Amino acid sequence: MLYSEKVMDHFQNPRNVGKMEDADGIGEVGNAKCGDIMKMYIKVEDGIISDVKFNTFGCGSAIATSSMATEMIKGKSIDEALQLSNKAVVEALDGLPTNKIHCSVLAEEAVKAAVKDYYDKNNIAYDKELFKDDVHNMNEHK
Amino acid sequence: MQVYADNAATTRISDAAKQEMILCMDEFYGNPSSLHTIGQKAAEKLFEARKTIAQCLNADVKEIYFTSGGSEADNQAVLSAAETGKLKGKKHIISTAFEHHAILHTLKKLEREGFEITYLDVHENGLVTAEEVKAAMREDTALVTIMYANNEIGTIQPIREIGAVCREKGIPFHTDAVQAIGHVKVDVQADNIDFLSLSAHKFHGPKGVGVLYARKGMRLFNLIEGGAQERGRRAGTENIPAISGMAVALKDVCDHMEENEKKVSALRDILIEELSKIPHSVLNGDREQRLPGTVNFCFEGIEGESLLLLLDAKGIAASSGSACTSGSLDPSHVLLALGRPHEVAHGSLRLSIDHYNTEEEIRYITEKVPEIVDYLRNISPVWEELEKGERAHVI
Ligand SMILES: Cc1ncc(COP(=O)(O)O)c(C=O)c1O
Ligand SMILES: [Zn+2]
Repeated sequence: MLYSEKVMDHFQNPRNVGKMEDADGIGEVGNAKCGDIMKMYIKVEDGIISDVKFNTFGCGSAIATSSMATEMIKGKSIDEALQLSNKAVVEALDGLPTNKIHCSVLAEEAVKAAVKDYYDKNNIAYDKELFKDDVHNMNEHK
Repeated sequence: MQVYADNAATTRISDAAKQEMILCMDEFYGNPSSLHTIGQKAAEKLFEARKTIAQCLNADVKEIYFTSGGSEADNQAVLSAAETGKLKGKKHIISTAFEHHAILHTLKKLEREGFEITYLDVHENGLVTAEEVKAAMREDTALVTIMYANNEIGTIQPIREIGAVCREKGIPFHTDAVQAIGHVKVDVQADNIDFLSLSAHKFHGPKGVGVLYARKGMRLFNLIEGGAQERGRRAGTENIPAISGMAVALKDVCDHMEENEKKVSALRDILIEELSKIPHSVLNGDREQRLPGTVNFCFEGIEGESLLLLLDAKGIAASSGSACTSGSLDPSHVLLALGRPHEVAHGSLRLSIDHYNTEEEIRYITEKVPEIVDYLRNISPVWEELEKGERAHVI
């Protein structure tokens, strides 16, 4: 098999999939040209990510990493969510094929983009350094 | 239900071919170059296979060269014609933008060696015309190489007309007929073909064996040096079980060509008709000039790999030209050559059926594909943007 059982499980039964009408922060990363786009919605209460949803256009790996990333940040503080690395997501999925690692980077970036959006919308000051490497930001491709 | 709909990738071996291979291993194990009776029995078997294949193509036995498959035949044909051209100071080759990589990568190598290649546009319908080929010809054109039928979208080129303009100008014409042989009638005489590649595993023969047809008078240069097999043009003790298995498989499909074509194209038409009902979908390649069994669609707003995996979970084996199935960031060069935008090319699905498939299987596919496309669109942010009008529909 190309993917681990965990990847296939998250791909075939994605957790937290869908839209969120009253999201506090929305992050969209990737671009259709490269093949994967992830949109992440977060709800924030007292600095805690109380709910999270995602929509993904992409391969099995992109959908599975989106699903796993939402599970990993749900109920966590924003600071903890910002620590989420694609490596941790890949490990939680029992690994990905080498040529699929790039698809998992989007999950980490989507979380960061959603938090950044939340900060921006609420005029919360933040360290810009934290968000500088979201290379897949949508706007660069439009 | 298990449905194998990836026959353009490879086919399962036919019972007749399998039996023939076992027979060869048991009883024709000699080396055809040996003088003793056991060797000569193998030599006869080899000759029989050559004759069968020559008859299926309307060629002469002396024009059939056994190879390790389609890739080797493509390499040898193109490199030989290039070498012959170079000796006469001709360093220009005409091809198309959507050839198989066995051709494209060989042409790239020749470009690095100073050849100039014209890659003809295949237009949105995936076809070139003989006039376009003629217009691209130059004094120094050494070869025209154009595939008979495309492996991803299944369009069939006007090979006979292209062959005719090549003949008229005295330019060697090679066609990669790997997808066509065994599925549509190919006649190297009537089609004006000088070189042709075929591969056994695309018509229920074994893998790792194929043929290079080279018309009398066409010079071949060796890729593999050694013994005098294949009239000195391809060294190595012949793989009799594979070669004879290929001949049996080819004879079988050629004997049933008309009925298979009729049956398979009727099934294909059901696929096309039903899948066309999916909103914002498009059939890739000309509707008429196509193989009986190959269908390729693009569905907007979804990505091909996830579609394939979900189809696989339902027992349907298909393929896609999405980047994430190829391991590179670029989607299929074939779909890009048709002018499909990247984001649309990512959402492609190829279903390649043949006479082993049943109508029940086809109905199962046409039931499952729309469900899965719908599901993936529902979780796709791209589809949401398309539906809201924030992104423009392309198809
Ligand atoms: C059009 C075309 N040419 C060449 C090949 C290569 O053939 P083989 O796998 O026998 O090397 C294939 C099959 O993959 C093909 O579809
Ligand atoms: Zn991907």
